[in-house]
Amino acid sequence: MNLDRESQQIFQDSARDWVLNSAPISHFRHQRDSQPYVSGRELWQEQVELGWPGIMVPEELGGSGLGMQELSLVIEQMGRSLTASPLLSTGLIAVSALSLCEQTDFSRSRLTSIASGELTVALATEEGNHHAPHCVSATARQHEGQWLLNGRKIRVADANSADAFLVSAKIEASDQLGVFLLPAEGVSVTPLAIFDSREHGNISFDAIAVPEQALLVARDSSTSLLDQILDRARIGLAVEMLGSANAAFEMTLDYLKIREQFGQLIGSFQALQHRAAKMYIELELARSVVDAALLAVDEGSTEIPLLASQAKALVGDTLNHITNETIQLHGGIGMTDEHDAGLFIKRARVTEYLYGSSAFHRDRYARLRGF
Amino acid sequence: MATELERFRDEVREWLELNCPASMRTPMVDSEIPWGGRNAKFPNPDTKLWLDRMIEKGWTVPTWPEQYGGAGLSIEQAQVLEQEMEKINARTPLFSMGIFMLGPVLLELGTEEQKQRFLPDIARGKRRWCQGYSEPGAGSDLASLSTKAELRGDHYLINGSKIWNSEADQSDWIFCLVRTDFDAPKHKGISFLLFDLDSPGVDRQPIKLISGSSVFCQTFFDDVKVPAENLVGEENAGWSIAKRLLQYERQNVGKHLNKSFDIKLWDLAKKYSSSADGQIEPDLRSRIARQAIQDGALGLLIERLEREADNPNAGSMSSVMKVAMADINLQRGELAIEAMGAAGLGWQGDEFPEEALGEVRVWLRGKANSIEGGTSEVNLNIIAKRILGLPDPQH
Ligand SMILES: Cc1cc2nc3c(=O)[nH]c(=O)nc-3n(C[C@H](O)[C@H](O)[C@H](O)COP(=O)(O)OP(=O)(O)OC[C@H]3O[C@@H](n4cnc5c(N)ncnc54)[C@H](O)[C@@H]3O)c2cc1C
Repeated sequence: MNLDRESQQIFQDSARDWVLNSAPISHFRHQRDSQPYVSGRELWQEQVELGWPGIMVPEELGGSGLGMQELSLVIEQMGRSLTASPLLSTGLIAVSALSLCEQTDFSRSRLTSIASGELTVALATEEGNHHAPHCVSATARQHEGQWLLNGRKIRVADANSADAFLVSAKIEASDQLGVFLLPAEGVSVTPLAIFDSREHGNISFDAIAVPEQALLVARDSSTSLLDQILDRARIGLAVEMLGSANAAFEMTLDYLKIREQFGQLIGSFQALQHRAAKMYIELELARSVVDAALLAVDEGSTEIPLLASQAKALVGDTLNHITNETIQLHGGIGMTDEHDAGLFIKRARVTEYLYGSSAFHRDRYARLRGF
Repeated sequence: MATELERFRDEVREWLELNCPASMRTPMVDSEIPWGGRNAKFPNPDTKLWLDRMIEKGWTVPTWPEQYGGAGLSIEQAQVLEQEMEKINARTPLFSMGIFMLGPVLLELGTEEQKQRFLPDIARGKRRWCQGYSEPGAGSDLASLSTKAELRGDHYLINGSKIWNSEADQSDWIFCLVRTDFDAPKHKGISFLLFDLDSPGVDRQPIKLISGSSVFCQTFFDDVKVPAENLVGEENAGWSIAKRLLQYERQNVGKHLNKSFDIKLWDLAKKYSSSADGQIEPDLRSRIARQAIQDGALGLLIERLEREADNPNAGSMSSVMKVAMADINLQRGELAIEAMGAAGLGWQGDEFPEEALGEVRVWLRGKANSIEGGTSEVNLNIIAKRILGLPDPQH
């Protein structure tokens, strides 16, 4: 179900208010400077109380039964403010995974736990340096009515505090890739210090047993569940990236209107006006693509894969460009750690990489279009 | 003539073979960069040995006259030296803003007394210099600077502050732009002063960069006394000296960075590719090739400009080199991060290869290449105006 425009606006306003009050960029900066990494768990309880983890969870399981369009209103605000939160991993990616699969007692109970804030989940699909979700060496073996999972995954977002992992593994004695929900107990996590200062880790699991129903089986078997999940992850991340791109752009635009050189505002130089205008065009294009991708998800369209790649590729390029321009147009001050330009570019490059770079998605887009 | 140059080449090759220590033929590491100066440190003793030998030959500043510590080489000979050093991967023996910024300006515009006083120390790495141009309110519009210098008998009294002074906290002396006339049009009241940063009243506050290191400072001057003889050129005629120095800076930054990367992008991409045989995605491969083509072109442009000493736009061409360099280097940084994938996202820790962590810092530090030494926008304005003759906007 989706809200009407007016209700969406109210929803967005409350998300903005929360972010501005509880999680402004200064909060992220403070956490970065006082801890080894910024964990999204710190503000999670407040988000649980606002009902955000369950936005996409069906009402009968304790959620709000809304769509990705509604959840994205929150995620975009978080992107604007660089808020670290497991909401994307848990409320969007895991809820999508658990909803796209055949419903079982297992899946329903996990959705309920997510909605109530008891369960956070991290997506663990990467094994090599570059996004290649179908090259998997982790394995799953059937053993006495359970699955035994073996393998390692790298650079898992929100790994250190997650209660469970969605992992991809090759099902032994078949050529199938399965997606499993693996509880964190017994998984060994090595935290990583990545330049966005967020919570990331490498994980490994050695013959961990999970119940039979922990293998999630796609309801719509026309595409693999892994791809269905990843496409939603890509679109959700594109929403966050769009939020960051807009915020960095607005910060830059503000600076063009206050910084004076040569006795005038630097924003009066036509060379810079055109640069700003170009960024604006890019952002308008990016929002259109993201909106279309979100709508496609909520309508269950067959265009989701294509739109996901289009969105991730386009928003990635936009964010890359805007974060570079943000530093450039601020001059020396933009190079200082004290300024937020650096926080944006560091988060940007991590999100550009996650779930496939722009280059990956250009290639995938071309294949999907039959080029 | 050609044979004479070839003979020189043989001599150089032989001398380098005998005198360049083995560890000085490996890629430079940050901790061993020879900056010289009062507090010069040589964690690797070979760095000192190599520097001393090059100083003795006059090859830290090969084209400077011998009496100022150089070797009096012609441009062609200096190129030969450079090429032969490159062939054996010899490290630059001395890094210094004295060598490529202040020195050339003093050679052109300093008094004989100033040349003797300052140049040999630059050549020998005895004094480390930093640049005091920018101020909080005067960046691109450098000529609007307001650090004040008042002549009080035999000395100037300096008050004000400079910002973004690279390595000021590590440096010994500063070449500094000050305002000596507040009533004249802004370009006509600027003077060029040299002074010791250990003088009373100087306060240097390091500023942290996005790359995590503190390479620059804000520097405050509170009644700093500077001997009047440290003025370069005439009082209130410092602007043209300042601009001349910027040309040297831009030209050399362009040249320097063009050659400074020991790890080639392509090798990096192969090393961190996901496939066993080092295959690179065609899209990335093509963009790496584009960067390499541009980088190669810049190298050729630099060589061509060195040959064409009579180019009427020689001065402004430094802006062409600077903008091209910045663009190419910014591309390099982005491509390096992208090529390394997950390995290229690290900030610190054993989970990441040291080289990858280094590339991340270089990528972030490199963002300043299009800002420091005059932004790309300012240099594009110079090209449009001075080389292309385009008119100013009408208001
Ligand atoms: C790492 C680093 C090291 C540095 N080292 C030194 C040093 O050692 N010594 C020193 O003196 N300075 C140094 N600088 C300072 C540097 O020279 C200035 O940052 C630079 O000149 C820009 O000035 P600003 O920062 O005030 O930016 P601003 O001048 O405020 O510029 C802001 C933006 O406006 C643009 N802009 C300004 N005017 C125009 C125009 N007319 N047309 C179009 N666009 C325009 C600029 O290009 C920039 O994008 C360093 C800077 C950095 C980042």
